Amino acid sequence: MSNIIRFIIKYNLVFFFLLFEVFSFYLLISYNQHHKETFLKSSGNVTASLLQLSSGFTDYFSLKEANEELSRENAYLRTLLPDNKIDKEIDDIYSIMEDSVEYIYRPAKIINNSVNRLHNYITLNKGERDGINRGDGVISARGVVGVVRYTSQNYSTVLSLLNTQLKISAKLKESNFFGTLEWNGKSYQHAILSEIPAHATVSTGDAVVSSGYSTIFPEGILIGTIQDYELISGEGFYNIRVKLSVDFKNLTYVEAVKKINKKEQLNLENRTLND
Amino acid sequence: MISSLGKYIVNFIIIILAQVLILNNIDFGIYINPFLYLLIILSLPVNISNWLLFTTGFITGLIIDAFTNSIGLHASATVFLCFTRPYILKYFAPRDGYEPGSLPVPSHFGNAWFFKYILIGITAHHFFLFFTEAFTFTDFTTTLSKIVASTIVTSLIIMIAQMFGKRNKRR
Repeated sequence: MSNIIRFIIKYNLVFFFLLFEVFSFYLLISYNQHHKETFLKSSGNVTASLLQLSSGFTDYFSLKEANEELSRENAYLRTLLPDNKIDKEIDDIYSIMEDSVEYIYRPAKIINNSVNRLHNYITLNKGERDGINRGDGVISARGVVGVVRYTSQNYSTVLSLLNTQLKISAKLKESNFFGTLEWNGKSYQHAILSEIPAHATVSTGDAVVSSGYSTIFPEGILIGTIQDYELISGEGFYNIRVKLSVDFKNLTYVEAVKKINKKEQLNLENRTLND
Repeated sequence: MISSLGKYIVNFIIIILAQVLILNNIDFGIYINPFLYLLIILSLPVNISNWLLFTTGFITGLIIDAFTNSIGLHASATVFLCFTRPYILKYFAPRDGYEPGSLPVPSHFGNAWFFKYILIGITAHHFFLFFTEAFTFTDFTTTLSKIVASTIVTSLIIMIAQMFGKRNKRR
């Protein structure tokens, strides 16, 4: 026994290293794979308040209110579009929306963002209290931004489109062929669209939009335009490089979008799958 | 002793704030990610006890992780830096060993010594960090370019930051 203790004391550096390293990797893997709620994240109260404070300094004070007003109005107008039919008088927009429209849009402001890592996240200044939940889509006026990952009372973190862990169902606007869009970690302006079959007509400049199959985004939200493409020999699929319409380096106001009947659709689909 | 502890805590807070509020928000492109916070670990006293070294490293890494949504990533890389640090210090030791209480900073050992010391430490840290982040060897050249570019920029930023703190560090 005393020999073991002497051994550990002699090589304590290695033992400390292994101890802390195992713990770090446990955190790393459990956070990434099991999607576990952790209290250490940028939607946590302390970190988010600090980020919000710093974002407040960088806002131009005169532009702030005007912009917020515009984005609120934009979200309001989107809910009034013909696709979103409303059959009642508008008293309180959020309360009647529940049963009369297909999607709810809620304005939010980005308080933290990055484009230079492999796993980029965005932090929003709205959370559960404003009705934002895990799995909601996030869009801006120019197109798809990401998907909500975690929420707290007043903040939420968003898996940015510029995150190699995120895959989005996308389609070609002209021909309706659909495939999977993901980021390859190289340039913040481009993402890769794969699984478009070889018999589809593809040409540079075509618009790529969300497919609406995933219950996250409404159909037809712009993602980007085709920059260039190649046919992978032997596989029968195109590999398409898409120039993203959203400029992630210059993004402040976004909208969180939630499908009202999302749960119902998912339950039905799961029941069919499990048959 | 108390005053030096206070100085460390103030430095700690300033460096963490500079990292998460300024450097994390400056966009240098995907190849360059400067990590000033390594200065906290690199400038700890030479004869610090191992448990304190690892605890400081782990907590520092976790705080950085909390701001970048990458729990465990910076913590593991910083713990790796803590592991290599004693070996690097041993390699660069003066002929008759370190005096008790000496700090691995330019005012004690000179700028050239300090630069060599941090360059090796930062390289080790960045190797670990970027390969753990990618979790694959397929994009080897991309990851390698990130390591080289970021190591150079981090080293330069730490050298510059060190100049600011130089006045009150001189004994």
